[in-house]
Amino acid sequence: MADVAWQETDVSAQDVVTERARVLNKLRIGDIVFHQITKASALFVLVVLGGVIVSLFIGAMPALQEFGFGFLTAQSWNPVTEKFGALAPIYGTIITSFIAMLIAVPFGLMIAMFLTELCPMWLRRPIGIAIELLAGIPSIIYGIWGLFVFAPFLQTHVQPPIIAAFENIPVLSTLFAGPPFGIGILTASLILAIMVLPFITSISRDVFDAVPPVLKEAAYGLGWTQWEVWRYVVLPYTRIGVIGGVMLALGRALGETMAVTFVIGNAHKITTSLLAPGTTISATIANEFTEAVGDLYTSSLIALGLILFVITFIVLAIARYLLLRIERRVG
Amino acid sequence: MDASLYARRKRRNVLAGAASYGATFVGLSWLALILGVLFWQGFGGVSLRVFTEMTPPPGAVGGLLNAIVGSLIMTGLALLIGAPIGVLAGTYMAEYGRHGHLTKIVRFINDILLSAPSIVVGLFIYEVMVRPMGHFSGVAGAVVLGVLVIPVMVRTTEDMLTLVPDTLREAAASIGLPRSLMIRQIAYRAAKAGIITGLLLAVARISGETAPLLFTALNNQFFSTDLNAPMSSLPAVIFQFALSPYKDWQDLAWTGALIITLAVLAMSIMARALTATRKPS
Repeated sequence: MADVAWQETDVSAQDVVTERARVLNKLRIGDIVFHQITKASALFVLVVLGGVIVSLFIGAMPALQEFGFGFLTAQSWNPVTEKFGALAPIYGTIITSFIAMLIAVPFGLMIAMFLTELCPMWLRRPIGIAIELLAGIPSIIYGIWGLFVFAPFLQTHVQPPIIAAFENIPVLSTLFAGPPFGIGILTASLILAIMVLPFITSISRDVFDAVPPVLKEAAYGLGWTQWEVWRYVVLPYTRIGVIGGVMLALGRALGETMAVTFVIGNAHKITTSLLAPGTTISATIANEFTEAVGDLYTSSLIALGLILFVITFIVLAIARYLLLRIERRVG
Repeated sequence: MDASLYARRKRRNVLAGAASYGATFVGLSWLALILGVLFWQGFGGVSLRVFTEMTPPPGAVGGLLNAIVGSLIMTGLALLIGAPIGVLAGTYMAEYGRHGHLTKIVRFINDILLSAPSIVVGLFIYEVMVRPMGHFSGVAGAVVLGVLVIPVMVRTTEDMLTLVPDTLREAAASIGLPRSLMIRQIAYRAAKAGIITGLLLAVARISGETAPLLFTALNNQFFSTDLNAPMSSLPAVIFQFALSPYKDWQDLAWTGALIITLAVLAMSIMARALTATRKPS
């Protein structure tokens, strides 16, 4: 019996060896191919970034050649005479994002403090999710809401009293001057603030949660109040992470397009009044790109896109660097 | 002992607590306010007609069928383009090059792309696709959305594969399973819920994208499934109709806004439910 079995395998032994080698070889090649495909995909991410930079640069070339560095400092934006300068959109982008951060940072931090220190355990997750859902609402929804609901509300109920109240105060009267349009820089800033709030809250909450309880307990043991523990233990310990979160939110605010396009008013001018219409880089591109006639016009808009990308890239790179640092310390 | 100092510290603590409650209340009210207005303005317009008729000329009645179909086509194609690349790149970072330099660089760049302004990606695709082709097209719109899908998928895939215990990999290796098979048969299966979460988040992210579609897919007033021609999409129609002076168009824009928001929020909530223990990024 054993002999028979032995003889049978002996007959096909050669086949088994070659078959085995064939299968192993196939698996080995499959392994190499899969490895290389995944690696190529990872490299593709870098290619996308490179492609964005190179294509924007090539597209912006005609405008940059025509206007040189003057493009950054000129204020005129005139499609008829083909004189384009980026100063007004750059100013609008920076001022709206700045005001948005001024409002969103304190609010975001206070909500994160609520979620990590004060909120009952069972409510933390639902409230956290609800705040994060604000980030999930598409930007165009904020736009349509801002245009039809928020701006008219500001125009009739908020801006007139503000203008009246600050009429005779030196600096504030120029900041809040002019007729109440409803739409304008301030309205765009407020909507941006709502949109970036969840980013600040979500990251701050995560880093606050990572503070070792021993530190807080030691401070409570000394008789500190909740506010003091948060202000002098939690916040200093998580400073880097919080700044990282704020920079991330700033990156979002700078590049935000649709919501701003609806409510900023699209006026290519720099005014000292926050109630006046203005424009931002992204709003200018969204509004004018498909209507742009002539290579120089299109190229100027792409040059604006390049400037926006460079600004956001720097801000986001700083954000990621800071968040990496805190991750390393916590992990 | 200085009693007034105690009183001051207590007072400050109460004030901070109140500010904290207040800020949370304001944050939650905004969400309620936005959703409330959306329902108020948009719900009246929801009817079968919205899903069966084309976008109307001003003054006529109609629906959003061409926009909905266009959005579905472009979103589907975007997933077909972006998801495999994203998943494979994430696989490389978590499985092959976990501690390599390439992974660190790709992770850093990917995180930046994740939050980079989508309008810039739109300009990129305009330069490489629309300009050479000479016209706007649905396929360019799909590619833009596909590029936006990649970073989301890379991030979630890498995170989820990193969570798969190494003992599973070692067990597979010990019975002689080749690495690529181990990844596909075991690691992917273990990380399945996470990767599906990534897909949902990616769809949620792109289904509301408007700006990059404006100069790639443009818009189309008529029903069209031709990928080589301009294609309508819900966000682009909302943009056009909301800024128009016609009441009918504005009403349709609200209805479209309600549809998109509900779809996006449903996907976000589903994604969270799938990975209840993980925090979204």
